[in-house]
Amino acid sequence: MTEEPTSSTRSTGSPLVKRGLAEMLKGGVIMDVVDPDQARIAEDAGAVAVMALERVPSDIRRDGGVARMSDPEMIAGIQGAVTIPVMAKARIGHFVEAQILQALGVDYVDESEVLTPADEAHHIDKWAFTVPFVCGATNLGEALRRISEGACLIRSKGEAGTGNIVEATRHLRSILGDIAKITQADSAELFDWAKQLQAPLPLVQEIAETGTLPVPMFCAGGLATPADAAMVMQLGAQSVFVGSGIFKSDNPPVRAKAIVEATTHFRDAHILAKVSRGLGPAMAGLEISTLETKLADRGW
Amino acid sequence: MTTPTIGVLALQGAFARHGGVLRDLGAAVVDVRRPDDLHGLDGIILPGGESTTMSMLLESSELFDPLAEALDDGLAVFGTCAGLILLASEVIDGRDDQRCFGAIDLRVRRNAYGTQIQSFEADLVIDDLDGVFPAVFIRAPEVERAGAGVSVLARLDGDPVLCRSGRVLVASFHPELSHDGRLHRLFLDEVVTAGQ
Repeated sequence: MTEEPTSSTRSTGSPLVKRGLAEMLKGGVIMDVVDPDQARIAEDAGAVAVMALERVPSDIRRDGGVARMSDPEMIAGIQGAVTIPVMAKARIGHFVEAQILQALGVDYVDESEVLTPADEAHHIDKWAFTVPFVCGATNLGEALRRISEGACLIRSKGEAGTGNIVEATRHLRSILGDIAKITQADSAELFDWAKQLQAPLPLVQEIAETGTLPVPMFCAGGLATPADAAMVMQLGAQSVFVGSGIFKSDNPPVRAKAIVEATTHFRDAHILAKVSRGLGPAMAGLEISTLETKLADRGW
Repeated sequence: MTTPTIGVLALQGAFARHGGVLRDLGAAVVDVRRPDDLHGLDGIILPGGESTTMSMLLESSELFDPLAEALDDGLAVFGTCAGLILLASEVIDGRDDQRCFGAIDLRVRRNAYGTQIQSFEADLVIDDLDGVFPAVFIRAPEVERAGAGVSVLARLDGDPVLCRSGRVLVASFHPELSHDGRLHRLFLDEVVTAGQ
């Protein structure tokens, strides 16, 4: 064995390390949970991570009021209940909530439109943190602005708490459609793309070269069934977030496991047919045109 | 052997990144999700991801037993991070229902280096590779004990991080993230081809 240094130099918080965890979550399901019991059900069902929050989006929508970062005690309880990564939400622009979540040792911070924004102009400077961030996006320009601020993972927003997949579909198709178009653009057209998207030119040029976002892209907002998860995976999402869709259904443990299996076998219709059987009623869901507040409109 | 066919367990995790590195090295790649995908492989990679999730999906996808049999029959395998956990003989801080293949005599502790905030990059000195290898450790497992038949190819502050026993190669880090194909090359040349 070759001579080795006596003590290694370990570098934490690099972009590679922060984006690396998102790579490990690919092909998986991240589930919203509000207490340790739900977290254990999620882990039992095969979740790759849990998102700790005080109320699932459908309850936030119903109850109204200002939605904030969860109580650290509740987050610590969930961290103690599971061995998989624990994510938690901070309000858009609320960098102190993010500092607190980092101090708690959460594995990912979601700067989330599901909570009430704390800043109407600025998102958090995410480069300043060791903990990685995930942010929502409805279109490619929004995704690239978040990446330029240091987001290590993008999730298409969809419309949280509705159990209605239509907005997630719209956002995914918009982001992936523009990426496909940029790969066909010539070098002169990329300047106009950057202007139209209100996004940094180097990121647009990187997409033209690689054909993908510089960070992984998952899908969130309105997923309620195994078929929903498989559809967004076929459209090009790399993992799924499921919020109200699991714990607002009649049989969360069974539905959670079915969505995990559907996310893995998303192209195998026979497996999808098998896991979709007998799950009991899904969450009731909401028609988008009836909503008073569209959460996806938050963020700039 | 001209073009080896390498399976990558594609139930969850960083399987696509492994596939990309292998294709760059000239291997044919098969994503393994169902028992039929195991036929005709010269080797297989068990990627990083969540070992608890993969363990559950190995059962529900009816892959656990056929893959265990293939490993018993000497299929070359490279396990990284969660893949190392799945191949180990003893797992500490796992779930009670988490099944492992026991293909290499190691005791490993899950998430031993801490949460994501403690995840890190470090340069490793690896036996038989020139220079250093830039390794990425993400919520990594720690090898607490390596059995008598296990060669330790690299250590980090004394702990084994790259080990080999016959046709089984394991790393507690993520060579698929490093933009350095030398460990995959080593797997193809030394572990896969050596058994042909």
